[in-house]
Amino acid sequence: MSTSSYYVPATSKWPIISVIFLGFLAVGAGMLMTSGSGLIPFLIGFVGTLWVMYGWFMDVFKESQAGLYDAQMDRSFRQGMAWFIFSEVMFFAAFFGTLFYIRVFALPWLDGEGAKGVTALLWPDFVATWPLMTTPDPSIGGPDAIVNPWTLPLINTLLLVASSITLTFAHHALKHQDRKKLINWLVATLVLGGVFLVIQGIEYVHAWTELGLTLQAGIYGATFFLLTGFHGVHVTIGLIILAVMLVRVLKGHFTPDQHFAFEASAWYWHFVDVVWIGLFLFVYVF
Amino acid sequence: AAINTSSGWNLPPGVTSISQEIFSLHMIIFWICVAIAVVVFGVMFWSLFAYRKSKGAKPANFHENTTVEVIWTAVPLLILIAMAIPATATLKKIYDTSDADIDILVTGYQWRWHYQYVEEDLSFFSNLGTPRSQILGEEDKGDFYLLEVDNPLVVPVGKKIRFLFTSNDVIHAWWVPDLAIKKDTIPGFINESWTIIDEPGTYRGQCAELCGRDHAYMPIEVRAVSQETYDEWLEEQRQMLAEDAAGSQREWTMDELMDRGKGVYNTYCAACHQADGSGMPPAFPALKNNPMMITEEGRDAHIDAVLYGRSGTSMPAYSGTLSVADIAAVITYERNAWGNDAGDRVQPSEISEMLSDD
Amino acid sequence: MVPELPPRPDKHQAISDTAAGGSAVDQGGHHHEQPTGLLRWLLTTNHKEIGTLYMLFALLMFFIGGTMALIVRAELFQPGMTFVVPEFFNQMTTMHGLIMVFGAIMPAFVGLANWLIPVQIGAPDMALPRLNNFSFWLLPVSFTILLSTLFMEGGGPNFGWTFYAPLSTTYGPPSTSFFILAMHLAGISSILGAINIIATILNLRTPNMRLMDMPLFVWTWLITAFLLIAVMPVLAGVITMMLLDINFGTSFFDAAGGGDPVLFQHLFWFFGHPEVYIMILPAFGIVSAIVPTFARKRLFGYASMVYATASIALLSFVVWAHHMFTVGLPLTAQLFFMYSTMLIAVPTGVKVFNWIATLFRGSISFELPMLFSLAFIVQFTIGGLSGVMLAIAPVDFQYHDTYFVVAHFHYVLVPGAVFAILAAAYYWLPKWSGVYPNVKLGLAHFWLSVIGVNLTFFPMHFSGLAGMPRRIPDYALQFADFNMLSSIGGFLFGISQLLFVAVIVLCIRKKGEKAPAQAWEGAEGLEWQLPSPAPLHTFDTPPEFIPERDSPSRH
Ligand code: HEA
Ligand code: HEA
Ligand code: CUA
Ligand SMILES: [Cu+2]
Repeated sequence: MSTSSYYVPATSKWPIISVIFLGFLAVGAGMLMTSGSGLIPFLIGFVGTLWVMYGWFMDVFKESQAGLYDAQMDRSFRQGMAWFIFSEVMFFAAFFGTLFYIRVFALPWLDGEGAKGVTALLWPDFVATWPLMTTPDPSIGGPDAIVNPWTLPLINTLLLVASSITLTFAHHALKHQDRKKLINWLVATLVLGGVFLVIQGIEYVHAWTELGLTLQAGIYGATFFLLTGFHGVHVTIGLIILAVMLVRVLKGHFTPDQHFAFEASAWYWHFVDVVWIGLFLFVYVF
Repeated sequence: AAINTSSGWNLPPGVTSISQEIFSLHMIIFWICVAIAVVVFGVMFWSLFAYRKSKGAKPANFHENTTVEVIWTAVPLLILIAMAIPATATLKKIYDTSDADIDILVTGYQWRWHYQYVEEDLSFFSNLGTPRSQILGEEDKGDFYLLEVDNPLVVPVGKKIRFLFTSNDVIHAWWVPDLAIKKDTIPGFINESWTIIDEPGTYRGQCAELCGRDHAYMPIEVRAVSQETYDEWLEEQRQMLAEDAAGSQREWTMDELMDRGKGVYNTYCAACHQADGSGMPPAFPALKNNPMMITEEGRDAHIDAVLYGRSGTSMPAYSGTLSVADIAAVITYERNAWGNDAGDRVQPSEISEMLSDD
Repeated sequence: MVPELPPRPDKHQAISDTAAGGSAVDQGGHHHEQPTGLLRWLLTTNHKEIGTLYMLFALLMFFIGGTMALIVRAELFQPGMTFVVPEFFNQMTTMHGLIMVFGAIMPAFVGLANWLIPVQIGAPDMALPRLNNFSFWLLPVSFTILLSTLFMEGGGPNFGWTFYAPLSTTYGPPSTSFFILAMHLAGISSILGAINIIATILNLRTPNMRLMDMPLFVWTWLITAFLLIAVMPVLAGVITMMLLDINFGTSFFDAAGGGDPVLFQHLFWFFGHPEVYIMILPAFGIVSAIVPTFARKRLFGYASMVYATASIALLSFVVWAHHMFTVGLPLTAQLFFMYSTMLIAVPTGVKVFNWIATLFRGSISFELPMLFSLAFIVQFTIGGLSGVMLAIAPVDFQYHDTYFVVAHFHYVLVPGAVFAILAAAYYWLPKWSGVYPNVKLGLAHFWLSVIGVNLTFFPMHFSGLAGMPRRIPDYALQFADFNMLSSIGGFLFGISQLLFVAVIVLCIRKKGEKAPAQAWEGAEGLEWQLPSPAPLHTFDTPPEFIPERDSPSRH
């Protein structure tokens, strides 16, 4: 146990400022969805939140650089991050649970199989398939076609796996004080992640405009975009974090044994990667 | 007047073998819980009494004892197993819907029930029968306040009836305590349940799943009758349906329309637009002196609103709920009641023509 | 834009804080430029101040949610539509449930955790103090949005605190999106708060304090925090899906597009059932602290208490569908969930028996915290036993969605969770404020509360069994007598809570008997080594802890 005292920041304006902006963000988003107005509060909230994150993290960097954090503090950050990722795992678990429930229970029931098969009386023409191309009520309409997993999604899988590997190389380089390699591998990771997002964007446009695969395309479209969409959001966040790490590396931050921020971003990135593997298997392939 | 076989403060034993099984299961488990409570609270209060500091009690020093801890883990476990065995048996019976004599499809609507006798080609809506004046306290409440309907579900005794439950909008739950049936009606899915009623009688229940504003006002009335009465009733219903169908073709008088319209209005419309047509603006517009209802130009829009509802508001479409005669009557009523003076009539034939056009 | 680097606290300060039973410590020179006034509360990173904020917020919400309950009770005083219209009644029921659960009980427990966990484990503060402040201030924002929905067109949430689809999606009022966003903010607050608590407990214990040396309140919170992190994201997920169904045309909960409304319920209750244990486990911890103090005898079965708590938490993940016995689950699912639910009675029973064994051959006195704790044990057990009745699936067909359920959960929540929170307040108020709570007022508060609570909720068992559904503004005549009793009891209980406010106000104004460091004769734990009131900053250097002497699990 360390003998130095645990660092407790005196006061901080960031929490209160950030909740105000989050309030704007929420109210703005609510207004946008219900009445169409609300762009201004939404933007205030959005930009403000970004600014707060910058400022808040800057404080933390400075404190860290100033050597205020001891090993115990480091453990607090580690545990905080680890449990945060666990909460993200549960968030995605809800979505995967949805996918499995729909495929294993709901659709067969609607088609007349299993414990609630009488339901088929209501949907005499419905046939359960996955991907679900024709919905129980055909007026909702399923997609016309689905994304072939062995094209762009496969490339994306390779990209993300590769990016996890390059990030690990970067981490090794950091541990061995090889800054040049560190920068190169980190940049490579960012590029791979960026290309992933671009491809994902292309795929979305293709799906939406050419395949009729939209959010409204029945439960297939809904689960498809729910899972890939939230994954995409997480890739974006991961990329922003990694970009910040790159900036810090360029500024000369981090030492071989003091670089938790870097590690945390790596954990996050690997987590996002693992989620993708699950997606690739259960959303695209099977 | 009691609504069911309940004593007023306990579950009703009910009138089916399942309901009675459930009742005795309830009583057994209740008494087990009472016994546990007596023992637990007995020891507790005795300790509180016997080891008071004010009486000079000195604390003992023990704080662990594996033997007692094992015992008080094992004993509750055994008690629970003893409870689970009969519960499992009853549950299995409840789930056996095979070999039914009659199938009835029950559909929940906001806020009424629809019953369809699957084999009989007979179906109807069942609405709250209690007048609004009782609800608003303008009139004394009757014995079956909120538990009476206009068209009860009629079934024969001694027959296995299979219920199929579904919903037209939100989730409701069809619950009749005396039959010990409570099943959610899930829109787009069907749930099953069954009963064999032994005793003739009227059994009352309510919707048991929050389904919006008038959740409290969608009761259930099941009339269990002998097979003969049931057959007669079926015959009567068929005749009424035939008359209704014929009625939609003939010309109705103003009085006929107004008379029928008033009943329909009070059942379907008054909850929002109020019995006197004053509405509750802005959510529920007033119909009294409403331009749409007193002018010739408003007529089409008026009919359209009743038939197809108003999207984005709580005005539902009635084309699938009400018969053409009902629709014609209620529109006529709205145009001529409370001092509204459009003076025109809407004929059932007009409505059925409009409907067959789409 | 970037502020000055905060000053590094001097290491030598506050050592005397930790001197056993030391007198109040001079705070001078430490933590310069402390803002004062409102700003102090807005910017604080101090766990005690944040704990206080949480508790005051919870109290405010308790009164707002309670007032809504009283509106419900006023309408139900007599049959007929007498006082409010059904739309408004539904909003009151819904908001009452939401506010009590997310605004009152949970923040109250988080507040207690903030105040107590660091001082019980000898930590200088919470592990992530800034995040802590952030977690708190999200709540006022969230609940302002939630309450403001009541004034929006179409009114606020009116679909029950369980907001089942499609009543809350296709048929929900326009304000539902705001409701969802407010819940998101509250959820983030809970998750971050829980992360902070776990990190604090796992990382900031004073040297030599092993996990099995921690006070039970800390243990129960560790497990509660784990539950929170596991299930709040699922709630976030399901409300996000609602948001998509409402605004973006997806069909998760709509069979027409291949979805299922019951899927909503599975997701909701996967969160919802652990949620109810989130509202009771910390209460167990509180009672496990108070009963030994006033029995002047060590807690019986420390280890089995810990294992029981963990078992309850783990089981709570596999029982959720006992709230859905009537939705038409397949028979096997029905049986599985019935058995797993019944099993929870075993570890819970262990806890009750341990408390009673602690009382057995103790030297018992009946101070205010003890009275509330004893009332907790009795009334929670009543609620738990009715829970076991509900767990019997075939019989639940009769109980479900009746006032019998309302009786069950108010017994575990009001004379359960709320009484435990009140017990905690009476127990630790001397530590927080430096003076003992006023005994006369406290006694009146206690007895009126006990009478009021039972008068309110006991008759609900009967009205429920006799057939009264829940969430109705108007009912058949044979339920009238029981409802009148419940309403009278509700007002009695509600108004008695004003006495509690009086007690608090007196303590804040330091009116009352001064408390020494060791405020209660039989109390154990590091917090009682601190002066009363505890200085703002404590344990900057970890206090001495010798397991053989100080651990609650010592032999
Ligand atoms: C603090 C909150 C809390 C707690 C602790 C509990 C505890 C329990 N609850 Fe409760 N419950 C709620 C809050 C809580 N509940 C809420 C809010 C709802 C309604 C939600 C809604 O629909 O709005 C609800 C609803 C609810 C239902 C659904 C009812 C329905 O809607 O039809 C069921 C069904 O199984 C249930 C069961 C149980 C059980 C078995 C326990 C057990 O944990 C109880 C265990 C305790 C004991 C059993 C007593 C002590 C033990 C002994 C003395 C040992 C010996 C005992 C035996 C051998 C029996 N609860
Ligand atoms: C979590 C904790 C919790 C707590 C503490 C309470 C507390 C109370 N609850 Fe409730 N309740 C729930 C959780 C809780 N409840 C939930 C989850 C539901 C389900 C909701 C749903 O169906 O969706 C519910 C539902 C519920 C119903 C059923 C409603 C219905 O089905 O339509 C009723 C009916 O009587 C009720 C009553 C009460 C009463 C009288 C209290 C009393 O204890 C309240 C005491 C009152 C006060 C504390 C207020 C004091 C105020 C004053 C004295 C006025 C002074 C005013 C100011 C200073 C502003 N509650
Ligand atoms: Cu229908 Cu409640
Ligand atoms: Cu539960």
